[in-house]
Parts: sequence; structure tokens; C-alpha cells
Amino acid sequence: MKLHEYQAREILAKHGVPVPQGNVARTGAEARTLAEGMGGKVVVKAQIHAGGRGKGGGVKLANTADEAERAAGQIIGMDLITPQTGPQGQKVKSVLVAEQIAIEKEFYLSVIVDSAIGWPVIIASQAGGMDIEEVAAKTPEKIIRVPLDPATGYQPHHGRLVAEALGLSGDQSKQALAVVAGTVKAFFASDASLVEVNPLVVTTDGRVLALDAKLTLDDNALFRHADLAALRDKDEEDPLEVEAGDLGISNFVKLEGNIGCVVNGAGLAMSTMDVIKYAGGEPANFLDIGTVNDPQRVVSSFKVILADPAVKAILINIFGGMARTDVIAQGVVEAMRTLEMKHPVVVRLAGTNLEEGLRILRESGLPIITADDLGEAARKAVEAANKAA
Amino acid sequence: MAVLVDENTRLLVQGITGGEGSQHARRSIAYGTNVVAGVTPGRGGQKFDDTVPVFDTVAEAVRETGANVSIIYVPAPFAADAILEAMDAGVALVVCITEGMPTLDMVTVKRALRGSATRLIGPNCPGLITPRTKTRVGIMPGDIFTPGFTGLISRSGTLVYEGVAQLTNLGIGQTTCIGVGGDPVIGTTQKEALELLNHDPETKAVVLQGEIGGTAEQEAAAYIKHFMTKPVIAFIAGSTAPPGRRMGHAGAIIAGNQGTAAAKKQALADAGATIVETPAEIGLTTLRVLRERGLL
Repeated sequence: MKLHEYQAREILAKHGVPVPQGNVARTGAEARTLAEGMGGKVVVKAQIHAGGRGKGGGVKLANTADEAERAAGQIIGMDLITPQTGPQGQKVKSVLVAEQIAIEKEFYLSVIVDSAIGWPVIIASQAGGMDIEEVAAKTPEKIIRVPLDPATGYQPHHGRLVAEALGLSGDQSKQALAVVAGTVKAFFASDASLVEVNPLVVTTDGRVLALDAKLTLDDNALFRHADLAALRDKDEEDPLEVEAGDLGISNFVKLEGNIGCVVNGAGLAMSTMDVIKYAGGEPANFLDIGTVNDPQRVVSSFKVILADPAVKAILINIFGGMARTDVIAQGVVEAMRTLEMKHPVVVRLAGTNLEEGLRILRESGLPIITADDLGEAARKAVEAANKAA
Repeated sequence: MAVLVDENTRLLVQGITGGEGSQHARRSIAYGTNVVAGVTPGRGGQKFDDTVPVFDTVAEAVRETGANVSIIYVPAPFAADAILEAMDAGVALVVCITEGMPTLDMVTVKRALRGSATRLIGPNCPGLITPRTKTRVGIMPGDIFTPGFTGLISRSGTLVYEGVAQLTNLGIGQTTCIGVGGDPVIGTTQKEALELLNHDPETKAVVLQGEIGGTAEQEAAAYIKHFMTKPVIAFIAGSTAPPGRRMGHAGAIIAGNQGTAAAKKQALADAGATIVETPAEIGLTTLRVLRERGLL
């Protein structure tokens, strides 16, 4: 789960990371009040989950409270298009109003879990304000990685290594130590999968500050962080995905094609998308239905898929292990009857209780297209979608 | 031979009285697996289905029954504790089926396992199976497997079934099939699973089913290039997945160029593995390779 910048910087500040003065505003008037409190010279930043906000006009400088109100009025309500939002953009609902900072140097700092070693690592670079993956590709020598042994956790020398790599000394090195320690603390305390400070800056008056903050939480750990789970902003998510989640289909990702997919298991679901593409079609979604032992879950999946007007055909691919194919078949029949759908439906079943599953489909009298294997299922689904399009 | 589980496996089920635990304990017994004990705190002294003794702790179960492999079905918030309990009791192989473990819990567990005598498979995995000895330590449908000389490694559960069903339909049997798990941090990596199958005299070829996200397939590729003496047939799921989105598995998110299907296929092809282009042809590609190498 992603957080907004204003939420992330509050968490960092709570763990001892210095951040510029600032607060969130939801109207132009609120932005004016905040700017007045900071002497008028502020930066107004759109609060959306996607990065690259400056490129789309989502970050504006203001020299007076009047200008701050105007800038906030322009940004709030706009559909902000950035390299990460897609062409339709993301509606802005709030802005961060923060003091303007005179920057001397910019750095990059983050903490993630490196799955290759299974340890958290601090990543830092002198190339601040840039996309770290670009830095990694072009100038990998500019990046330092400091693994944190889970047996000992963070130690001050980890921070000293980072400060040294950033070329900081004396008082600034000490300040950087506090920033690194606080960032790592925030990472562990919130069960994050990513904490990123980009840029981390040294100001012209010698302060070390987190100028921007990004925090992604581990969805699997939200059960023990009710306070953080409450920070979720559903407006930042695809409405179809939110609806799916509300219906109990948590593993759903909307895609651009026209063949809706219902599959059990994440790897098989991705493979089903791949095989559709290989057969010349385009998947409309990724959907892992999980272990189904309730036909109603199939009906819910169909509802989610049919809410997408681009969908022309549905492909059900179930390899029953824990899931039973007869329950799936019941669900397909029930969905087609209750939803009165006109879409062609291709069903491929394998595994647990297959004979019973196939019998239910056959005896339903519904125009269900069946397939014995993955390749055949994909070909039939592509054919059906093309005919219906 | 086979690897990790065989006729010597004495299986302990942690969470044997729960919904999934009981269902799969029954299926493993029916398949022919030696289930010697169950653990559910507070249920010690009972018998599961009138036959399998239930204990309060893993330590007691091991002491009383000589269990040497444990399978874990407990809910995600308690999974780390369950794995560490099995490790502390000296269980040699622990298989964690549980989905949804917090990543930092696994970070702690993996560190604790280092230097211990315990190997972990999973979490978020379907387990593993050796068809010849009828040893099912997992949740897979047993009837699709058939004994043979091809090993299989997969990050995803149902994709194990898909791959295996294609192999079995073409008459290609399996030594041991291992679902390593779909999480970012797992106990046994694809590379380590390859290493086990490479050293198994019974295994003549390996099907490797990876997916997008992370660099585990690149590490497997490096092992193949330098050490693998057997043909590897590799499929990578997620060629069509958009970047930055989590595809069900927490580990299946493309971040950076390393995580893409294209990068993984390239690394594996460069290492000498045969790449399967479409998941519909995992079996057919394996058949072709086995024939080319004179193994069939």
C-alpha cells in the first residue's frame, strides 16, 4: 500500500528525520493560511501516489500567500498526468504546502528488502533527485549499498558508511547519521517494503533535510498496523480494483485488453495472460480467484470483469488442487444465469473433481465453450473475443 | 534417491486440526505419505482421525514420533513462530504453505535459519512431492504426478500442476517437484533447488518455472552456466504483466529491468537453458529436449 508524501514525511519526522516545515491543504484557502504561517514563500506540491509530479505541472513555487492560494487552486482538482500515471492522469485532491528550501546538494537515500540476500539494505547515492534505476543502469559506481544484518539490526557505523559515501563530514555527517537512523527506524516500525528520500538535501545554511518522502507498506503486515492501514486512499486506486477488493477478490489488476480472465493461482494467472497474448489476443485483467470453495466467488469475479466495458469474452482457467472444479463449474453456471450475460465464456478445467465439474457445465444447457488444455482455451477465447468485437 | 522427501520422510503437520491442515493431512495419508504426528497447541493428547497423535509442541512431537519433516498450515501472523519452533526442535525440513507472511517476519526467520540444521521451503508455496515414494508434503493433487527422471521447480503453486500435468500427459515422469514459493524472501531459492536436483543421481533433467520480479532466475541462470550438468527447460510467467504492479505474488512486481520476463529469459538462454515461449508448451518443449539429448 502506497502513502502520500505528506503522510510519509509525518512518519519520518516521528522517527527523528528532519523535514521542511509544511502541512497538507485541501483547498486554496487552507493553502493560504499555511503559507501565511510560513512567511509566504512556499512550494505547493500535488499529493498523488505517482511520481514525476513536477513534470506534469503538479509542483509550483509561490512567493506570497496569494500566490500559494492561486497555485493550490490550480493544482487541486486537476487531472495530473505524469510519466507514472498513464494518459488519463490522476485527480489531485490535496497539496502539500511546505517552506521553500535553498539547496546546496542533493542525494538519494532509501531502505528496501533485498530479496537476493533476504536482508534489508540501505541504498544511497550522490546522484540525488534522479530516478535511482537510471543511476543504477548508467553509473552504478555512484550507488552505495549497506546491508543490515537482521540479527543485529541498524548500527551507527551503517550510517557513517552512508555519510562517507555521500561525501559529508563534520556537523553535516552527524546530521546525516540522524537522517539515516530515523529512516531505517521508520522502515522497520511501519513494516515498509520501501522508504525513499529523494532528494535528501544539504541546504545552503548547512542543514540536512528530507525534502521528499515516499513510503510503501507491506500489505501482508497491515494487520498489525491499524493506524497505517487507515491511511489508505482508495481514490488513488483503479475503481474496478477497489470494487473487486470489496467483493473479496483481492488479487485483481486491470489491464488494457478485451479478454476477461478468471484463474486460480498467481503464476497460472500470469501464464494465462501470456498464452492469450501468444494466441494473438489481449487480456483485460489479472485475476487470481484463490482457493474457491464457494460458487458465489465466481459470480463476484464475473461481476468485476463485466464492469469493464472493454471485455468481449471471458476465459476461466482453473487447475484444481485445493480448489474444486465442480464448485467453479457451479459458479460459472450461476453467474451466467443470474447476470444474464451475452459474452462468450470459455472454460478450461483440470484437477480436483474434474468429471463432476464437466458434467455440471454440460447439463446446464448454457452455451459454454469448453477446452481441454491451456493452448486450446486461449485460441478459443481469442476467436470468441474477435467475433464479438 | 529423489531429493528432500522420500520413503524416509516422517511427516509432522503443524495446524493439523485446522481446515486446510486437516484436509491435506488426510489427502497426504491417502496418497501414501507417512504422517506420524500433528501439532495444535491446546489439543495435545488427542488423536487426529483416530490415528495420528496430536501434540502441544513440535519438540514433544519430534521426541515422541521421530518426525523429521514438518508442514505448516498456520495463519500468517503465527507462521514465523511456527517455523522457528520447528527449527528449534531440530526438524531437518520445514515446508511452510502459509500465504501472506509479512516480509520482515521472513527476514528474521531466514537469518535465524542460517547456520541451523533446518532447511525451509516456502512460505506461500504448494510444497513438494516425490511420486515414486508417494511422499506428498504439500497441497497438490497427487494423481497428476507420475514417477520418472525429470525434476521440476516452480515459484507458483497452480503452475506446478499445469507443468506437471503437461509432462505426465506426454509420459514424462518426475523425480521430485518443488514449489519454492512466491514471496520476495523464501527459505530455499530456485538456485538452491536446482543444486539439489543437479546432485540427485535419479534426476536427468529439470523444468524450471520462474516468474517476473526479483533476480532469483538470474541467480539460477548463473548456477546453470557454471555447474549444471543436466538439461534445464525454463519458463518465465508474466511476459505480459505491466511494470510496477503486484501480480498476486508479493514477489511478482517488476522493478527495474532485471525483473522483467525478457531479462530473465535472456539470462537463462545465455546460460544454456531451453526457453519455453508459451505456457501451453512446457511439456512439448521438455519432450523435444529429452529426445535431443537421447534421454527418451
